[in-house]
This record gives sequence, C-alpha cells and structure tokens, in this order.
Amino acid sequence: MAPPRHLLLLLLLGFLAAASLAFTLTAAVYEDQVGLADWHQKYIGKVKQAVYHSQKSGRRRVVVLTEENVIASLDLRSGDIFWRHVIEKNDPVDELSLSLGKFVVVTLSSGGSILRAWNLPDGQMIWETNLQVSKSSKPLLHVLSNNKVAKDNLVFVLAGRWIYAVSSIDGVISWGKEFSLDGLDLKQIIQSPENDIVYAVGLAGSSKLNLYQLNAKTGETVKHIQESFPIALCGETILGSHNVLVALDETRSDLFLIELKGESISYNKVHISDLVQGLSGTVKLLPLMSNGVIALQASSTVSLLKLKGIDGLEVIQSFEQPAAVSDALTITEKDEAFAVVQHTGSEIEFVVKFTSDVTGEVIREKINIDQHRGNIQKVFLNNYIRTDKSHGFRALVVMEDHSLLLVQQGEVVWSREDGLASIVDVTTSELPIEKDGVSVANVEHNLFEWLKGHMLKLKGTLMLANADELAAIQAMRLKSSEKNKMTRDHNGFRKLLIVLTKAGKVIALHTGDGRIIWSNLLQSLRSSKSGEMPSALRICQWQVPHHRVMHENPSILIIGRSGADSAAPGVLSVLDSYSGEELNSLKLDHSVVQIIPLTVKDSSEHRLQLIVDSHSRAHLYPRSPDAMNVFLHEMPNTYLYTVDIETNVIRGHSLQKSCDNSDDEYCFSTKELWSIVFPSDTERIAISETRKMNEVVHAQAKIIADQDVMYKYLSKNLVFVATVSPKASGEIGSAAPEEAWLVAYLIDAVTGRILHRVTHHGAQGPVHAVVSENWVVYHYFNLRAHRFEMAVIEIYDQSRADNKDVMKLILGKHNLSAPITSYTRPEVMVKSQSYFFTFSVKAIAATQTAKGITSKQLLIGTIGDQVLALDKRFVDPRRSVNPTQQEKEEGIIPLTDALPIIPTSYLTHSLQVEALRGIVSIPSKLESTTLVFTYGVDLFYTQLAPSRTYDSLTDEFSYALLLITIAALVAAIVVTWIWSEKKELRDKWR
Amino acid sequence: MAARLLLLVLFAVVAACVGAAAAYQPGSAEGHTIAGRIKIDAASAIAKGFGLPAKTSNTKVILNGGQRVTFARPDGYFAFHNVPAGTHLIEVSSLGYLFSPVRVDISARNPGHIQAALTENRRVLNELVLEPLREEQYYEKREPFSIMSLLKSPMGMMLGFMVIMVFVMPKMMENIDPEEIKQAQEQMRNSPVPSFSGLLARANS
Repeated sequence: MAPPRHLLLLLLLGFLAAASLAFTLTAAVYEDQVGLADWHQKYIGKVKQAVYHSQKSGRRRVVVLTEENVIASLDLRSGDIFWRHVIEKNDPVDELSLSLGKFVVVTLSSGGSILRAWNLPDGQMIWETNLQVSKSSKPLLHVLSNNKVAKDNLVFVLAGRWIYAVSSIDGVISWGKEFSLDGLDLKQIIQSPENDIVYAVGLAGSSKLNLYQLNAKTGETVKHIQESFPIALCGETILGSHNVLVALDETRSDLFLIELKGESISYNKVHISDLVQGLSGTVKLLPLMSNGVIALQASSTVSLLKLKGIDGLEVIQSFEQPAAVSDALTITEKDEAFAVVQHTGSEIEFVVKFTSDVTGEVIREKINIDQHRGNIQKVFLNNYIRTDKSHGFRALVVMEDHSLLLVQQGEVVWSREDGLASIVDVTTSELPIEKDGVSVANVEHNLFEWLKGHMLKLKGTLMLANADELAAIQAMRLKSSEKNKMTRDHNGFRKLLIVLTKAGKVIALHTGDGRIIWSNLLQSLRSSKSGEMPSALRICQWQVPHHRVMHENPSILIIGRSGADSAAPGVLSVLDSYSGEELNSLKLDHSVVQIIPLTVKDSSEHRLQLIVDSHSRAHLYPRSPDAMNVFLHEMPNTYLYTVDIETNVIRGHSLQKSCDNSDDEYCFSTKELWSIVFPSDTERIAISETRKMNEVVHAQAKIIADQDVMYKYLSKNLVFVATVSPKASGEIGSAAPEEAWLVAYLIDAVTGRILHRVTHHGAQGPVHAVVSENWVVYHYFNLRAHRFEMAVIEIYDQSRADNKDVMKLILGKHNLSAPITSYTRPEVMVKSQSYFFTFSVKAIAATQTAKGITSKQLLIGTIGDQVLALDKRFVDPRRSVNPTQQEKEEGIIPLTDALPIIPTSYLTHSLQVEALRGIVSIPSKLESTTLVFTYGVDLFYTQLAPSRTYDSLTDEFSYALLLITIAALVAAIVVTWIWSEKKELRDKWR
Repeated sequence: MAARLLLLVLFAVVAACVGAAAAYQPGSAEGHTIAGRIKIDAASAIAKGFGLPAKTSNTKVILNGGQRVTFARPDGYFAFHNVPAGTHLIEVSSLGYLFSPVRVDISARNPGHIQAALTENRRVLNELVLEPLREEQYYEKREPFSIMSLLKSPMGMMLGFMVIMVFVMPKMMENIDPEEIKQAQEQMRNSPVPSFSGLLARANS
C-alpha cells in the first residue's frame, strides 16, 4: 500500500505549506475592508476666529482658525470639513483674513513673520512670504478692502516696529518699513476712505502714542505725530469709529478716547466706574469694530457703550455674564449689525441689533442647547437674504466645551464636538452584560417602543415606509448590528472609550462606530467667575465591579487641578461609566503633582490611588477604612520615584505612616531612599519611561535556538531614562556630532541601582521610548549618519540561568519559586542592537493583549501622522547577518541596517491622524487581538491582530466553501456507498 | 563628496522686489534659505487608483524633525528662510508616497554652498528636487479568483484527496496482482474488522 501512504504524506506537506503561506509579517487590510473594524473622525479644535465667505452662488462656506492651530474651511449647511491644514504648534497662527475677491485666505503666523495665502476652494497653499519683524505683543493683519489701491490687492502686516504691504496675488513684498522708535509696538492700522493714505498707530513705551501717516502705495511716511499720555496704557486698544481710538489704561479703570484728526491727536479720559456700576474683575475691551459702539467685558457683565465723539460714552445695555458679543457685520452701506448671545435658564438668547439703532432689536430668538455644552464663549454673526429680500441672520457659536454650533431661526442646525481635538487622557470601560434592564441606550426599553420598532420594520419589508421611516430603520439596524450593540460581547471588542478633553468634558465613545454615548462637562473643571482656569489631568478607572459587586455600574475617576499652576489644589470627580452621571465630586486641600494608580483594590472593588502633592506627601484615595487596611498591608512594598527634569535628579521614596503636621490619617509622608544626580554640564534628562502597570506577560523564559533557556528580567520597577548632552538638547542641526551624546540608563526604581548604562556618541534627541516586558525600544537621531535610529535593549536575569536542568526542575531544586526582591544584587545580562529608521517619530507604543502570549508589535506614530505597526522581531538584538538554520527556524530575521517600512502595515492605511499625540493599545478578551486608539486633532480606532487571528476565524473565512466541501463529501459518501453496494451485489451473484 | 554644487541659495530675497527694496533687508546675514522642489509624477498619481488627488495640497515639508514645517506650492516649490549654517534634515510627508529624508549641509565658511544628499541611499542631489522613492500601496491586493487558490485551501485538498481515493484507488487496486487481493480479502474476512460498505449496509437494513 505504498502509494496511498505517499499521498498522505503529500497531503500533510500541503497543509503545512498552506499554514506557512498564511503566516506573514504584516497585518494588512484590503481596500474593501476599510471601515469594517476601524473608524476615523476629523476635528478642528476650539474656534477662535471665523471668516464667512458667502458667494451669491455656490456653496456657503466659513473659514475658521482654531486654538489647535488648524485652519479649515467648513460647509455652513452641514458643518463638514472641505479642507483643513494643521499647522505645527511652534508656528502659531495669529490671524486669518479673506482677500482678493474672496478667493484667498491669508494667515499670519509665528509672531507675524510668516504670511501664507491659501486657495479658498481647495486649500492649496498659493504662496508663502517670510517677513523680518521685531517682537510684538500681537501681530496684526489687515486686508486693504477698497477700490483705489485695490488693484494691487495689498495686505498689511503689523508686528512690533515693522509694517509691510504684501501683494495678495503672489506674495511679493510691495514695501516694508521699520520705524526707528525704540520700544514701538504697532497696534492699529486705519485706512483713509478718501485717498491712498493709511494710518498706523503704535505705542512706544507705555504712554507715548504715535501716529504715522503713510502712503499706501510706496510706504513713505507723510507725517508723524507723537502724543504723551499722563498715565500708562495697558496696550489694549480698539477702533471705536473710523477716527476714534479707545484705549484702556494700565490699571484697567479708565478709558481714553483718542481722536485722530490727521493733523493732531486729542484725547479725553473717562472713568469706567462712572459709566458702569459694580464692575469686578479684569476689564477687557471686546473687538466689536463698529460705528461708535464698543463692548466692555468685566467678569460679571458685558456692557455695550455708545461713543459720543470724544466727549464721552453712554451705556446702552448691560448683559449678565456669561454672554458673548459678535463682531459687527456690514449689512448695507451705512448699517452694521451685531449679535449678543446670553444665557436665560437652560436656553440661550440670540439677539441681533443694528448699530444705528442699538436699543432696537432685529431678532430675538430662544434656542435650546444641551446643558453639557456649558457657557457660551464666542459668537460669529453672518447674514443671508431671505426669499422675501429681507435679512436673515445665523451665527456660529463656540461653547465652553469647545463645540461649534450653527444657530439659525431659533434652532441648532448642526453641531461639531470639537473638544475631541484636544484629548488629555483616555481610559476604557466595559459595556453592560446583555440582560434585561441594563441597556444603556434604552433601545426596546418599553413595550411601546418595541412595538413601534417592529411596526417600522414590518413597514420597511412591505415597502410602505417613507424616507424618514427608512432612516429610522437604518438607525435601528445600526444600533442593533453586531458591532454597535450597547452590550458586552464575547470577544471584548465592544467597549466604551472614555476620554477627558482639555475643556474638562468627559466623553464616552463606542468602539463600534465611534459615536458619542454620553458626555459630561464637569462642574469642577469649569472656569470659575474669578477667572481661574482649571486643568484636566488624568482619567482612570475607579471601580471595576466583578463578582461581589456585580450589580453596581463601573465608575471612573477624573483628576484635575483647580488652577493652571501645579501648586493649585486638586479636584476629583467620580463618574458612572454607563450614564456619565457625576456620582461624587471632591475638592482637595492639597495639590496634585503625581498620580500613582495602585494595583490593589479594596473590598468594594475600588482601585486605590495615591496622589503625591507638591510637599511630596502622598494621599490615599478612596478615603475609607477599608481601603486604608488594604493599603497598610501594601505600604512596606510601595515605592515612588520622581523625575525632576529641572534639577536633573531622579529620587526614590518610600512611604511612612501619617504626615508630620497633619492629623489626616490618609496622608503619608515620604522618605527619600536614593537619588541619582546627573551632572548638569554633561547630561540632561530627556525622557523617562516605565512599563505599563496593567501589562500581562505570559512567558518568563525564552527558549532560544540551541534548546537553551533565557529568563527575562521582568521587574515592574524598571525605569528607562535617557539623557542627552546639554548642547544636543536642542533641535537637530544645532549640535555637531562631537559634542552630542545620548546616555541610556536602566534603573531599578526601588533601590536606585543602575542596571545598565550605554552611551551613544554622536546621537541626540528628541528621544521617544517604549518599555514593555523585558525590553525597551528608543528612537533618537544619529548625527554621524544623519539618520534616525531605533535601538533595543533586552534585559535577562542571569541568576536563574542555571535552571536549565530538567531533572532539577522536576525534583524542585530550582530557584524559580524563590521570592525575587529588588534588594538582592541582580545578575543581569543585557543585549542590545540598533537600526536606522527612516522617519521622525511622534509617539511609540507597544501592543497589549489579554494574556501576553501573542507576539508584540511596536506602534509608531510617524511624522506623517500615520501609525506604523512594526513587528518586534525586527528589533530583536539577537538578529545577525547570517542566522544559523536553528535561528531561522526560531524566526530570527537576518540583520539589516535599516528597519523596513512596509506600506501595508500602516494601521491607518490611507488616513492620517493629524497632529498625532498618543497611541493607546487596549487588550480585548480575544488573545490574538488588541484594540488600538490613536488621538491627536483626529481620532482613529482599529483592531489589530499582531500574529493574525489564530484563535478565531477571520472575516475572510469562506463559509460557502466549507458548506460546499461538506456537501461534496456527503455526496461522495453516498456515491461510494451505492457503488460498493452494487459491487457487493455483483460479488454475491458470482 | 565631489559634487559640491551650488544650490538655490537665494539670499532670502526670494522674488524680485522693485521699488523701495532698499528700505528693508529681510533675513539679512543671520540665515540662509533652503529652497527646493517636490516632484510627484502626476500621471502615476492618477493611475494609483485609491482616490488620492494628484495634487501637492497636503504635502508637508518638515525641517529638523518638526522645528519648522512648510507646505509645497502648487508647482511643488518650497523654501525655508533664515536657516542657520550647519547640517539639517528635511523630511517630506505626503500620503501615498515614501520620500527619503534629505541631509542638507549649509557651509558657514563658504556662504552660498549648500550640499544635499538623500539619507536612505546616500545619493547626492545636484539640485534640491525631491522625488518619492516609491509609491505606497496601503492596501493588500485582493487575489483574483483562481482554481489553484481554491485547491490550495484545506477544504480543496480534502476534496482532492477524496477524488483521488474514489477514482484513482480502484485503478491502483486493479493493477495489483489478483492473487494478492485474494490474500488480502482472506485476511479481511478472518479479521473481525467490518468493511465500510458492510457497515453502511447493515445500518440501512
């Protein structure tokens, strides 16, 4: 029977071949799979300037500039982004303006030194001009709006002592001028309506007002007038009317009305307290820029004042804060409109007035706005012509949570949740278990809803449904479709991503499609009336119920500061993860410097948190006797370390019972155990990185090719620190290779022992690093090769290396179960290697899986705002140029000098996560798969299987083929049975 | 480095400025200008097929790992002004293309000499015209349907094995000496193991 045996062997070989074909190094997606397991959301950030562009025909657009340094063109009808550019943070855009027949957007950035023009329809940069300017408090951009000089289409830039006129057609500098006056800061530019004269107004020192009359075409100074003021001015000036300037004095208690009459300057002083009673807080001038109406903002009220020449001011109306006033909008030749928005109860009131008749109102509308949007902060008014030729008004409203709304005819037409562009921290929460009454989304909650849903579906199948109903059915389908359900799934793919934004808003996103489940603007993180700006710091899990407290919902803890300063007292909030309700809020009496989530839990499953304050005292939360008992047990084994970049020192601390001068029993004082002082003249701390607290490692040992075993040095206390030479701490290109070096340290955080130290000569920062298991990978710049490099250090425990004898293991004569303490001197062995890497890097992370069995991948956020998944096997220090046969079998890749960039292994495929800041890997319940969330200005979420989905069938699996095979097999069985039946019959007849 | 060539060093005065040019000297002696051009083959960009426009509208040029970022103009030109002398790195980020970073040396002693080389393959550039090393396909190509891939799958192999057993085995049996078959049958009868067909037949009856 030799041939069949041979066949069997062949078959086996075939299976092996098929298996090895499936095993490749990349985890790519097909183009038609985009959006199945991933989603991408685009944001712009909090809008600080908006310029409307409403052509008579075509689509209505608005160009906005945001605090995230984004310029974008939005569709006014839907809020969609037409185009968008994210400018680097170190090139802040100050102003935005439309020019040249409204086809060009001009932006001024980097303190007035870069002027760029963008094509309005598609966002293409047309030109860029560099201007040499002196330091200025606020650079100004002014587009010459008129007629006589308009054929040159000049754009004026004022910054410090400089004034430039630039042609908006090609960016050529028509003229530029530096005024020789010391300390001059140009504040305003006024265009004369009659001739080619422009007036530039500047402050020299703080009390000398200078008026320059310039020829707009040549830049020649026609006249220069200087006027000294008796009191210093604070520099805040606005143009009240075409020739009256309103300035605020240094104490912000008086207004100066300054009339510029071409030949001379005359002024008048007005006490603000005479005009408006009971003002408190800092007074500010709001840029209203309209015919004789100015707006004055104090912390309690916003007042509208009417100018009466320079003789005085008259209060027209005062609005309770929070309120916002828009810029004036030219309606007709002599009339301008502006909007005032204020809160009345849960609604906002939108009022439009004409400057010619300030007491009257054109529109007064009440608009209902979600309470979780907070107060109104900015309003941008726009008008349109109704069908009956009257003027209609709409406005873009910026809220406290950074969201952008378009209001029109008493309704919110669309809203954008742009707070998501500034995520501070991310955590996840499980969804409720599938059972009745726990559903968060209230789908099918009551019988009526359920019946209605089924009626709709029935209508849909009978083709009786109209468009609205069809949309409702679609929405229901989406809600109940497998990946978007509001319940926990078997594989752990469905979760809530809970993010904390800079505005202090907590938003829960569903991992299925990225929709917002709930949001909550935290009261404790909202700016108070006294003008303090609280800052959001961290979000972490507070209570994750398991068996004992299963009936309770999980909750999350949000930690913030009540001020921008690091010494400001902290604030804590506890939120329900399913509903977003605030369960508890706490104002701390100490500051928050460091937050240490502990691994232990108390009996009600609260995670214990240590918060270290600026006096290096540690405070335990939650404050319950139960938590205290648990913690006292753990305290002798709790060590902290602090990295002080300012003084170049790393310190290790232990905790001591109770604080010295406080009877707070949840407060612990710290004792310094060790410190490492880096010599400031040769080394500066660039980065410190440690392992993720929740990381799971499956195998302690690694079996290498020759049946040898290497034990990983797995210590939670391993800290990676990189220092660079002081000269090389700047940007690339600022240091020579001889004076640049980078030193990498591996430090044990309990004893302060330096386990390993390596110097890279000719290397400099910026350094990015990731620590996982027993390895660290870091990225830096090699000045000698002038390329970026990635280095890997793997650390192995030598003290357990003699446990290779199997007999010893069986007889129990090994030291594997011996307690490992940081105090014994570890015998470690270190392997390292480095490779070239093509790109600059913005962030590095490592994949995390549920049990830590799946091989790791590095997730690298590149300079192009993409995320590259690089297999850890490419950064294995055991790679060699010619691996032996055994090593090849083990999967060691031959050494190359550069790491490969495989285009199909970009997680973000053809998308970009603009201004990428962070990559988070969240394990799912399925060991092979990890969930990756990337945030910057954009959000991106996907599922990643670093070694392919070996524990479940892929989406690619062809069930049809399986069925066909089964059918064919059954058919074959039947056929063979019939044959054999016949044959047997024939045999019997014989 | 033999090809030490003069690059586009425009002493900051980028374009012709007539009139009151003497009134200002932007970017005087403190820095140099690095000017170059990005060249993407438009025809290939269209042919790429994954919907990316053949424009340079989102092509960013990055100096020294993010110290300064500028955008390419419609014609692909870009410039950095006021760059101090030294060795710098220029990276180009354009979705769908892989660009090699470029090392740019600005000589301090000999103003006007700029030298550029690709860091990936050490190719020296005579002028700062940056072309993508390759186009990047972010998606796996779907294999067209083929009988071979079907057969290669485990199910296909199972079927194949079945077919062989059904059609080829009897043929092979025929080739075997009838004596041997008889012997084998004898053995079969003696052994208590029932035959497959017998089993089925019994179950049926």
